[in-house]
Amino acid sequence: MIYKLHTPIQGKDIAKLHIGDIVLISGTIYTARDAAHKRLVELIKSNQELPLELKDAIIYYVGPTPAKPNQAIGSAGPTSSYRMDPYVKDIMEKGSIISIGKGPRANYVKDLIKEHKGLYLSTIGGAAAAIGKTVIKRELIAYPDLGAEAIQKLEVKDFYAIVTYDSYGEDLFTKGIEDFRKKQN
Amino acid sequence: MRELNLNDVTKAVKSLAIDACYNLNDDVLNCIKCYKDKETSELGKSVLEKIIENDELAKRDSLPMCQDTGVAVVFVEIGNQVIFNGNIEDAINQGIREAYTEGYLRKSVVSHPFNRINTIDNTPAIIHYKITEGESVKITVAPKGGGSENVSLVKMLIPADGIEGVKKLVLDTVFNAGGKPCPPIIIGLGIGGNLEKSALLAKEALMRDIDDENKDPILNKLEKELLSEVNKLGIGPMGFGGNTTALAVKINSYPCHIASLPVAINIQCHASRHKSIIL
Repeated sequence: MIYKLHTPIQGKDIAKLHIGDIVLISGTIYTARDAAHKRLVELIKSNQELPLELKDAIIYYVGPTPAKPNQAIGSAGPTSSYRMDPYVKDIMEKGSIISIGKGPRANYVKDLIKEHKGLYLSTIGGAAAAIGKTVIKRELIAYPDLGAEAIQKLEVKDFYAIVTYDSYGEDLFTKGIEDFRKKQN
Repeated sequence: MRELNLNDVTKAVKSLAIDACYNLNDDVLNCIKCYKDKETSELGKSVLEKIIENDELAKRDSLPMCQDTGVAVVFVEIGNQVIFNGNIEDAINQGIREAYTEGYLRKSVVSHPFNRINTIDNTPAIIHYKITEGESVKITVAPKGGGSENVSLVKMLIPADGIEGVKKLVLDTVFNAGGKPCPPIIIGLGIGGNLEKSALLAKEALMRDIDDENKDPILNKLEKELLSEVNKLGIGPMGFGGNTTALAVKINSYPCHIASLPVAINIQCHASRHKSIIL
């Protein structure tokens, strides 16, 4: 199924989504990857103010290429999500329950997503030029010293993503291989 | 002797790096198209379609196909009749610096594994030199992303492990990597040599054309068998299931110690970027 969704994505919409569904997101998402996550979690652990409101924030694991003069953003495909696994518990507890990246994650992340009734979405790794075209606006929020790893606020239109872990604890990677094996037999 | 102007080296490196990041080689693009037609999973097929669309868009609009424009790996084959008017390493790094700043490529290099401060210009490149005969210089620039490099490894097997041991190691490694390295992948294997030689062989294997046939009959057979077995793992495009996990397996080998069977596995994502020039 294909769903068009606007941010913030409501609980009732999350409940409709199952692994393998396609979502086209319009609205606001935030970029953060390794170095930004490390800083955010250090702030959370020491009870300091965060540079963005994490409640209902969708986090996209991406470090884009620099924008050319006529672009909102450069190429902007996902980075491997498992590297953010050690930080995800603290981030989710602050209310950011939807993340976007690529590739399999630790089992405890699957459990956390089920517990918080959140989602893990994937975009297509290496399809970065096409993904960049669905970003209409970009605003620097924090950590310019991190370069491509800075936190940026993105306005997106019909941003394509695949439901990879759903709020019921299902996992598209496991199901994908199971389906393949059934076909072989 | 021929004196080569290092400005020409800088210009060549710059143009190769940008070209590699914007324009996927036709052998790889055609191979992805071929596998798309054979993909049995509907989602897998649509992922391959999106990858093809992206790579064609990147070419058309001169954009990096992937935001991870990598660490620049540079292979230089220098003829023994060539002299330079200065430091070739500086000239190569200057080419990388110009490519990554002027070509709108991402700077992904940190100056120290622990302080992790970005060098801001994607230098230093990782450079491999070889001395050849003659008066020419061949330069290959291969930007390599972190996602696929992170699931690569070197393992020192023992002679008793043999071909079956190598196969098991490759299948286990690819299965454990799953969707992490952005499948469909290309698997570069370096077999033989020693610890560091095997790793270099694996990287060099990834520089071969995707349809290049291995001239060694044992390795040729092993490449084909491994490709077929990897594609039976079911990982599929981006790990969502399917029969397109790898586009190719490429093996380079070298003599080794009587006690050793070194095996390096260098995983390459579908954005297999490398461009060469002969000066």
